[in-house]
Amino acid sequence: MDNLLLMMAPLFSSKLLLVLFFGTLFGLILGVLPGLGPTTGGALILPFTMTLDPLSAIVLLTSIYCAGTYGGAITAVLINTPGTPAAAATCLDGYPLAQKGEAGRALGMATVSSTVGGIFSVIILVFFAPILAQLAYEFGQPEYFALAIFGLTMLASIGEGSPIKNLIAGAFGILISTVGKDFMTSIDRFTFGINELTEGIGFIPVVVGLFAMSEMLTQSTLINQVFNRIALKAIKLPTKDDYKKTWKTILRSSGIGSFIGVLPAEGGTVASLIGYSEAKRFSKKPEEFGKGSIEGIAGAEAANNAATGGAMVPTLALGIPGSATTAVILTGLIIHGVRPGPDLFREQPDFLYGIFGAMLIANVLFFIFGFFGAKIFARITLVPNKILWPMIFAVSVCGTYSLNQSIIDVWIMLFFGVLGFFMRRYGFSVVPVIIGLILGELVEGTLRQSLVIFDGNWLMFFTRPIALTFFVLSLIALAFPLIRAKKIKK
Amino acid sequence: MKNVQKQKRANKSLPFFFRDEFKVSFVIIFTSVALLITTFTFDIVPPILNRGIQPATFPKALLVLIIVMTLLIYYLATKNPWKIQKKLPKSFFLTLLSFFIFVVISKTLDFFLAISALSIFVSYYWGEKRILYLLLVGIIFPVIVFVFFETILGLRFPPGIITNIYYS
Repeated sequence: MDNLLLMMAPLFSSKLLLVLFFGTLFGLILGVLPGLGPTTGGALILPFTMTLDPLSAIVLLTSIYCAGTYGGAITAVLINTPGTPAAAATCLDGYPLAQKGEAGRALGMATVSSTVGGIFSVIILVFFAPILAQLAYEFGQPEYFALAIFGLTMLASIGEGSPIKNLIAGAFGILISTVGKDFMTSIDRFTFGINELTEGIGFIPVVVGLFAMSEMLTQSTLINQVFNRIALKAIKLPTKDDYKKTWKTILRSSGIGSFIGVLPAEGGTVASLIGYSEAKRFSKKPEEFGKGSIEGIAGAEAANNAATGGAMVPTLALGIPGSATTAVILTGLIIHGVRPGPDLFREQPDFLYGIFGAMLIANVLFFIFGFFGAKIFARITLVPNKILWPMIFAVSVCGTYSLNQSIIDVWIMLFFGVLGFFMRRYGFSVVPVIIGLILGELVEGTLRQSLVIFDGNWLMFFTRPIALTFFVLSLIALAFPLIRAKKIKK
Repeated sequence: MKNVQKQKRANKSLPFFFRDEFKVSFVIIFTSVALLITTFTFDIVPPILNRGIQPATFPKALLVLIIVMTLLIYYLATKNPWKIQKKLPKSFFLTLLSFFIFVVISKTLDFFLAISALSIFVSYYWGEKRILYLLLVGIIFPVIVFVFFETILGLRFPPGIITNIYYS
């Protein structure tokens, strides 16, 4: 009961409501614009959150996350380009349905299923995050090391890219985290005599560089691209018949999305692809998929929004990001001095339940905004890149500079922008770099402290049951892409 | 599907040092080896103070792991070549050049001027020829961002020919 009251706290705070309102609105705009999305948008807004108290800052980021994930569907349906990667599966049926003159119906279903998926996942978050946090009390340094390794091996199965390339990117992210003074001995590593590097490489220059700047370079290669935009008259609520056809799919995808979201390093993109394929597998009319099936839209959208709450579970309970955007939220927590983990649940329940409540309200808000404002948001896609991206550059540069008032940070951002572009060009996802960077300190710190506890005996790791379980899960995570590849070949 | 196969065949017909998989693997391995050599220059903690492993051990292990995995992707690519990427357009190189110009101007003249110059340069080469819009992205918007950061976030931008006038 107390927790429920804590969840309702954002409703009674005009400041938090205002933050939620702007966060949801901003998230929708970001989601609608192809190439931006909640991860890049979250990274751009991160420096601004320094002016807010920690709860408002995280509420802002989570509302951007929820609304941005939904916003991608608007672009997917109207211009056949996913506003966010998580909306890629929505294109498959959303656009064909829009071509048939039913854009309003397609967006109506996307809005309803996204809202249901999002609310379902917040319920999962409220129940499972405290349980997971309770379990984490059993964790010592070796268990945290094994857990972090599990989180990193899950990178192997992110998206559809090469598992080994994802692991290389993850290892590179950890390597970046070793730059600067060694936290145990204060010995300089990879500083090359540059004073600014002794404090290490900050999260924000890397995140903004890898997401926003690399996207700017990607957009520079697409300036002649022409979108076939379908006009939207008005969004329509699904009919009784649509609900009859899709309620099972929405519930199933909500469950799938929440589960996939809970897995470390996985996120909305994987969730929506699995949600979509499961919707097709269970459908009575699988032949309609890809030609404008309403079930396809429901399956993909419920799953990707359900992944938002799911992804917050390991992020808040263990400090292991559940997705790329939660990695940005985790960065937000860290720069505001909040250390996620079991202690957070015991010491700051008002903070945590405030976030849960805010996520719930954000899901309702984006339903209202989406339903009444989809037509206006659709017009945002008309802002030409030649105007939009120079503006994003100005915000990125000032935002990155603002954190430490360091011009070196701006150059680091540009360096990672160029690096991120080439990584993406050659099939290396940039998400593992961020997750590696965030988990790097945890991996190295817990490894070294464990070895101190074990007196340098590596084999002692295998005498700890929880650690051993995570190592076995890591092996399964590494083997999974190989099994999947063999299945596809067959 | 046919196009991908065609591209793969085309990639296979190139000498190995022109193929993307070789170039990418070479750059990763070369950089990793250079960094690995650097780790041997890290200070060593005396045994009496050392708890657990030396500070250089962890980065060394990571770099070796990266090299091994890169060799593995190269080996796999010899069996299944990567598809050839489209040539990068002129607009990409101009955007890259604008990053370089930004660094030079922000270092030598002024941070604000550098943002302004890049915005106008990029917008123009991406196809915007209307003066009003160029002024919007190159001057009006950067001024709004500058004032926002300066007044609301209390940020002090680095000294330069324009920022000095503003601050004086």
